[in-house]
Amino acid sequence: MLVLALVLIPTIANDFFLVQIFAQAAILGLIALSLMLLGGWGGIVSLSQMSVAGLAGYTLAILGQSSMSQSLGSNSWLAAAAALAVALIVGFGIGLLVGRTRGIYTIMITLAIGVAVFYLANQNYAIFNGFTGYSGIAAPHVLGVDLRAPLPFYVLCVSLALMGWAGVAALGRSSFGKALIATRDCERRAAAIGFHVGRHRLVAHTIAGLLAGLGGILLVWFNGRISPGTIGVGPMIDILIIAVIGGMSRPSGAFLGAFVFVLLRTFAIDLVDPERFNTLIGLVFLVIVLTSRDGLLGLLGKLSKPERRKMSPRLKTLEREETS
Amino acid sequence: MSLFILTFLNGMTLAALYFLVAAGFSLIFGLMRNVNLAHGSFFLLGGYIGFEAAAASGSWLLGVAAGFFAIALVGMALQVTVFRWLAGQELRQTLVTIAISVIAADLMLAAWGAQSYQFDMPEIFWGALDLPGLDLRYSRYRLFILLVAVVIGVALWLILNKSRLGLMIRAGVDNREMLEATGINVQAVFVLTFGLGAGLAGLAGVIGGTALSLSPGEDLRYLLASLVVVIVGGMGSVGGAALGAILVGLADSFGLAYSPTYGVVYTFVLMIAILTWRPQGLLGRA
Amino acid sequence: MKTAYQNGTALALVLGLAALPAFAQDTIQFGAIATLEGPFAVLGQEGIRGVEMAIAQFGGTVAGKEITLEVGSSNAQPDTAIAAARKLVEQDGAAIVVGPLSGSEGLAIRDYARTQPGVTFLNGASAAQDTTLRNPAENFFRWNPDGAQWVAGLGELTYNEMGYESVAIVAEDYSFPYTLVFGFMQPYCELGGRVPERFWVPLGTKDYSTVIASIPQDVDAIFVTLGGSDAVNFLSQYQQAGGDKPLVAGSITVDQSILSSRGRAKEQLIGTPTASPVADTNTDAAWTSFVSAYQEQFPDGLPIPSLFAQEYYISTLAALTALEEVDGDLSDDQAAFRAALSALELQTPAGMRSLDENRQVVTDIFLSQIIETDEGQLVSQLISTVPQVNQTLGFDRETFLAYGEVGRDNPSCD
Repeated sequence: MLVLALVLIPTIANDFFLVQIFAQAAILGLIALSLMLLGGWGGIVSLSQMSVAGLAGYTLAILGQSSMSQSLGSNSWLAAAAALAVALIVGFGIGLLVGRTRGIYTIMITLAIGVAVFYLANQNYAIFNGFTGYSGIAAPHVLGVDLRAPLPFYVLCVSLALMGWAGVAALGRSSFGKALIATRDCERRAAAIGFHVGRHRLVAHTIAGLLAGLGGILLVWFNGRISPGTIGVGPMIDILIIAVIGGMSRPSGAFLGAFVFVLLRTFAIDLVDPERFNTLIGLVFLVIVLTSRDGLLGLLGKLSKPERRKMSPRLKTLEREETS
Repeated sequence: MSLFILTFLNGMTLAALYFLVAAGFSLIFGLMRNVNLAHGSFFLLGGYIGFEAAAASGSWLLGVAAGFFAIALVGMALQVTVFRWLAGQELRQTLVTIAISVIAADLMLAAWGAQSYQFDMPEIFWGALDLPGLDLRYSRYRLFILLVAVVIGVALWLILNKSRLGLMIRAGVDNREMLEATGINVQAVFVLTFGLGAGLAGLAGVIGGTALSLSPGEDLRYLLASLVVVIVGGMGSVGGAALGAILVGLADSFGLAYSPTYGVVYTFVLMIAILTWRPQGLLGRA
Repeated sequence: MKTAYQNGTALALVLGLAALPAFAQDTIQFGAIATLEGPFAVLGQEGIRGVEMAIAQFGGTVAGKEITLEVGSSNAQPDTAIAAARKLVEQDGAAIVVGPLSGSEGLAIRDYARTQPGVTFLNGASAAQDTTLRNPAENFFRWNPDGAQWVAGLGELTYNEMGYESVAIVAEDYSFPYTLVFGFMQPYCELGGRVPERFWVPLGTKDYSTVIASIPQDVDAIFVTLGGSDAVNFLSQYQQAGGDKPLVAGSITVDQSILSSRGRAKEQLIGTPTASPVADTNTDAAWTSFVSAYQEQFPDGLPIPSLFAQEYYISTLAALTALEEVDGDLSDDQAAFRAALSALELQTPAGMRSLDENRQVVTDIFLSQIIETDEGQLVSQLISTVPQVNQTLGFDRETFLAYGEVGRDNPSCD
């Protein structure tokens, strides 16, 4: 049903919708999906997923082609592979750094990591080209198809998003996913029955790094550019907002949240006074958070079949995590 | 040498300002476990309200008072309408307060515009003071901030550790049911504490707005500063907030003086390092 | 089942929204991008006023076609400018886009322009050098001077007239101030002036006390290029720290948005020399009628329109004038329109302007000094006019390009 809809969309939507709405939602959804994996199943709310995506994006810009003289100009696919490798390593590294923290402290340390990465990129010209960053980066051609054109880019983003979705959903059903959820629900019990909690979390960080890196590469192709503004505090919080308004209990939430977020951000300026559209975004976010524990997924669940709520795994967030 | 001394003074006075903002944040989080990411908005709103009051009355001191009391009221209202229903749910508090701060920032932009505001400070604070024994001049007002921070720090410590209110707050956090059983209205105690913490942010808005200036975006900056300070120092202790503020203030200012390009990165690296080593902060209780 | 439900909603939204942009043949869609958020929000507001003024001057129509305007907002970050441009072009169907406001945004929009050959982009007020100097885009026109042009003549004025033999520089750390500082230092250093220290502060810095403490005691003056709230912060802290060096100001630091700000920080600016594409006391009729039109249309605006209102106004005016010349003909990828735009000689509030082969403006620049009027208002008083400054500051292109890309350490001033 979903796949059918995604195939039909290009026949009715114009190019702007294909790229600016659907492809962008798929990209932001992928990054939010990495947070959903960490936060929803691992109980680790990380604000630095946008930084992982950004570092992958920067790797692509630096190694690949752009209109800046710093770029090394190597093959796009090689650069993309290197970017994914960087994302994996950074994800793993962040996992090591935040391994001992829990709950609100994890939010704080990942915020600090994100801000440090932002300032580093902003201040460094030799590698990151400072405030201006890199622009003029285009998605490559494959077998004569220009991935930059709206339809191919839509297909690329949406299929990678579907793969990410399916991958994370499969992960959730695997023994690793169940163990991760167990560590979230009760760390001590999980440890007592023999799970290696630290190792599971580290693996989760690494996989999340891969997803965010994928999103980061697509984001650079989408914008044609990257600069510190791409990975500032605002975008970091946007990813959290997306994950939360969608709902963190299942992978679909990340994409649902991204879709609603992108629609709001693009069209709020038409709905209300252009200078007040942030109020509208804030209000929608506030209402969703206050009325539902599981974002839009929770609301939709209530709307369609109230009794189904019991079947979905209860989203137990960090609320009662102890800090030590 | 004179650069070193000036940089040290800059760091300490900046730390004083950070302490004023962060003390309220620390009080609210550390004692009541309420994550209030709208704390930066309190700072900015307090500054704006103080500016209006000072402009209308012609008295800077009245502006300070207005900033404190107006934001204390806002804080209490928020505690009653929002936080009391979200007790113990840190993530939702985080998200709700992010939403509130997004809305508040936009509404403040609508009300006060995007230009920067500066206070007319009392004449005695204006200009620079010759430092005795050194061939240096230093801003009078910044020295005044240092004094205010010390006074407020000591007062807070006394309230928390020596007064009956402080005893109730600490007892209420440790075991709410027990305290309620003794007939004390715990909710009222929490509302008061929240008001005090928020009011401090409003007061800092006026004091900081006078030293630097008020403009959109300051809310986020002071929120980040408070987060770093409180996390480095350890949440919930006045001493921790002070230690955190001094470390961050000095790191900011020495970083800028001796390594201008990457100074601002070091502050956050310091925070990451401390959190990795001691997740609960330097003086935080585990 | 749930997914089906979601898809239904999504499809309904798409159908509803995709149907929105419907264009009649007798309208021309304009888009404008300005920083309506962030540290430069006041400047962005001024920019939009400039666009509205130009459209109002034409009575909202050109060559019998109605002008419709959509506004996009950015926050001085290149990414948000791109997002705004995309929406204006790809969703709202803008044929002509005016903007953006700040340096690195301009570089980003130029690169975006290459991907939209059917749309014409006119710069708003962004003034980074490389936007048009190196690797320009065919459909990006800059009717505004770059930062180096803004301060033409200021280096000479500082060294010869003011007699300052060494200055320290305090400026924001991105592409536009590099350009402006280059424009100041190039002649200043050539004449023998020295620049012992350059302080590049991140955009949005609030605490300047340490920068102020680090300013060497033996400089004659401080050259300040900070915009919006950054300037106000620096000035008040410099005053409080007991600083007594005279200042020399880059154009944005003495813009009306700062001269009319509240508080006493701006007092420090009285007597400061500067150079800019505007001079408040200019008595040229084109400028004075622009000022009164602004005051009439925006009673809540600044006392005198800022440089940003003027630059957005001029770009929009250029577009409308060229449209009138070609009778609103935008066919053939706007070829006729672009040819007219390139060849235009435009009478503007800042004198006559025209474009060079890179579609970069040649314009008059005004040297002025900040004074306080009898009503207690701060204005820039015209000293003299530097006529027809081009992007290469009078050098031939080869020589000028050999100076290399502007940056933190270029020019070196040894």
